[in-house]
Amino acid sequence: MEIRTKTDLEKMREKGLKSLYPGTTKISVGMATCGLSTGAGKVYEAIQQEVEKAKLPIRLSQTGCIGFCQREPVIDILEPGKPRVFYQGVTPERSVELVHAWLENRVVQDLLLCKMESEDWVTEGIVKDYSIRHIPGGVDGTPHYHQIPFYSKQLKIALRNCGFINPDRIEEYIARGGYFSLYKALFEMKPEEIIEEVKRSGLRGRGGAGFYTGNKWESCRKSKSDRKFVLCNADEGDPGAYMDRSVLEGDPHSVIEGMIIGAFAIGANEGFIYVRDEYPLAIKKLRIALREAEEVGLLGENILGSGFSFRVNLFRGGGAFVCGESTALMASIEGKVGEPRAKHIHTTESGLWDLPSNLNNVETWSNVPVILSRGADWYSRIGTERSKGTKVFSIVGKVNNTGLVEVPMGITLREIVYDVGGGIPDGKKFKAVQTGGPSGGCIPESLIDLPVDFDRLTEVGSMMGSGGMIVMDESTCMVDLAKYFMGFLKSESCGKCTSCREGTKRMHEILTEITEGRGKLEHLDLLEELGWVTAEASLCQLGGTAPNPVLSTIRYFREEYEEHILKKRCPAKVCRALLRYRILSNVCTSCGRCAKVCPAEAITGKKRTKKEKGEPFKIDTEKCIKCGMCFEACKFEAIEVQ
Amino acid sequence: MVSSEIDSIIEQYGEKDSAILAILQDIQSKEKYLPKEVLEYVSQKMHIPLPNIFRIATFYNALSIKPRGRYKIDVCLGTACHVRGGNKIMEKFERDLGVSVGETTKDKRFTLESVRCVGCCSLGPVAVVDGKVFGRLAQDKVPALLKEFK
Repeated sequence: MEIRTKTDLEKMREKGLKSLYPGTTKISVGMATCGLSTGAGKVYEAIQQEVEKAKLPIRLSQTGCIGFCQREPVIDILEPGKPRVFYQGVTPERSVELVHAWLENRVVQDLLLCKMESEDWVTEGIVKDYSIRHIPGGVDGTPHYHQIPFYSKQLKIALRNCGFINPDRIEEYIARGGYFSLYKALFEMKPEEIIEEVKRSGLRGRGGAGFYTGNKWESCRKSKSDRKFVLCNADEGDPGAYMDRSVLEGDPHSVIEGMIIGAFAIGANEGFIYVRDEYPLAIKKLRIALREAEEVGLLGENILGSGFSFRVNLFRGGGAFVCGESTALMASIEGKVGEPRAKHIHTTESGLWDLPSNLNNVETWSNVPVILSRGADWYSRIGTERSKGTKVFSIVGKVNNTGLVEVPMGITLREIVYDVGGGIPDGKKFKAVQTGGPSGGCIPESLIDLPVDFDRLTEVGSMMGSGGMIVMDESTCMVDLAKYFMGFLKSESCGKCTSCREGTKRMHEILTEITEGRGKLEHLDLLEELGWVTAEASLCQLGGTAPNPVLSTIRYFREEYEEHILKKRCPAKVCRALLRYRILSNVCTSCGRCAKVCPAEAITGKKRTKKEKGEPFKIDTEKCIKCGMCFEACKFEAIEVQ
Repeated sequence: MVSSEIDSIIEQYGEKDSAILAILQDIQSKEKYLPKEVLEYVSQKMHIPLPNIFRIATFYNALSIKPRGRYKIDVCLGTACHVRGGNKIMEKFERDLGVSVGETTKDKRFTLESVRCVGCCSLGPVAVVDGKVFGRLAQDKVPALLKEFK
């Protein structure tokens, strides 16, 4: 069905509503990468087989990531007149049990995550009520979605549809308000008005640099050229960050719609989405979404009869982190290696093939349709003075609730780590949180009440970055972490600038010396000096922000560095060269498991048998390679790490 | 790889120079790596100097000019997996396979590589083998994992 007019769009919305809320029970299985990697595919198959075998009156659908990755596989069951229930940690075997329980009008309590009695349609600001008439047995007492600590402080704008629509169905995107902002942009607004609205909203780039989006669009619009480009940076390379992946897998149309609106405002007719090679499912979902949009006429010639034409090409990355840098990304699309160039002339004036190009991040694009539908006033009321709106973070590491969260700017790190994240597992102590990936820094306990905001994070030596948030406890070594990030940057440096190519290499060497017990106090000053040179003299922000992890850990955890250097000790017990594995002879039961798994044959002792008591085992520290396999194998906690 | 197969890949992209990365990726997905003769052929066919093609082939991590094993093991060394002991898992793979990261086993069964973040951080440490994700890994789970791939 082609969409040529607003009436067509409304008809598609009706079709989508029927798909989202069929008159019968619908089960949706979360099938984003996080779900699939925990077995959601098998859960889907199990339910499908059961539905077919027993001819059950159930509609089965797939959806994206609802954010609570720790609890995947997640499925939800929706039946007219009943609350929507969400189940967590579902296995193929138990999924069949859940289905039959539902048909018997009850729930299985031990796998329940939460319930919902209404849904927020964020694009239009409407609450869709489920008109509950009947509550199945066991649902009373289940916490509401909004009551669960993980979700209670969240406000989903970029993630508004993830987990609630089938990303392969454009009609479902439209049913929840999708593409109506595009209609408004094309027929009710002028390009300059759209740019003004985005400026007034205060939207800042979500990829890391935080540049004011409206200003960037304006600058590109002002560049005179017959041919311009809009680009989407989906080369999400920060290790530990997967926000963009979730948007692309769960709601690709939100990005496409954003890009068409942006292209119209700027005066571009061609677009590129540069997706990381390591995201095959995101690439697949984007291909489906682009094809659907083309088939209905929302991409291509004369969109919705407006006279405006726009096409999008998908470009697959080659596994290079540096291609997330705007000029490197464009060089890559041009068929060259991904080397950045100096930006004396901005890409909005001369970018891809030296033509005016506007590049924005996935999350930035995804916000655009909502800014247009809800208005800049609404959007700018969320967040802080200079950081408006929400931000999606991936909370990972030593935290109870790992996953993706979208929270208003200005929320404190404490709230994110303890309320949303559920605190540190195993009763361990919070040590620091790393934001901004390899370009960012660590924020210690003393600053945990810091509100999350572009400028505040930069002030303390970190940065917002793309949104990766790594929580660390007392068992994380800050020197090792700095070495880790430096090693990453060293291998991803394109090599063009001597300062970055050599600087990251030398800083990594020095950090290695420190973690292996050969550090000297002068090394700390040397690191600071090298860091300064690398940042100052490098052409792009890979080198420009490379020293951040080192400098921020020295700033807040200098004592830890000094302990490595002066006492040759790693307090967190991470740096292998500084560790000693020892068997506690009074605890050892002589079971021999450790000796069996030791790859270096460093453990000897007399194994206990039915007749003889045996003797405690001993580790030969000369042979020990400190792999930790004995520690993992011992069931009696008889092995100590010093 | 037959030259007609390479021709059809190049034609698919309209024989554009800018599509060189995509062309090499498509060739590699069939051949498992980029043999020198194939690169020479592409160079001639597309009129791109061979050194330029080698530059692209060696710059991008996704491309390999060295032969690869039947199965590629990507051990995740992303921050979340690192903090959960990712490098211990990598070393276990190295010990058990008798290769260093980046190398292929003598029997050409496995190539061991590292990857930075596949986006399954709550499952860390993670390894991806032949597209299949193995989460919540521990050193003692590695041998059983390797047995799954003959």
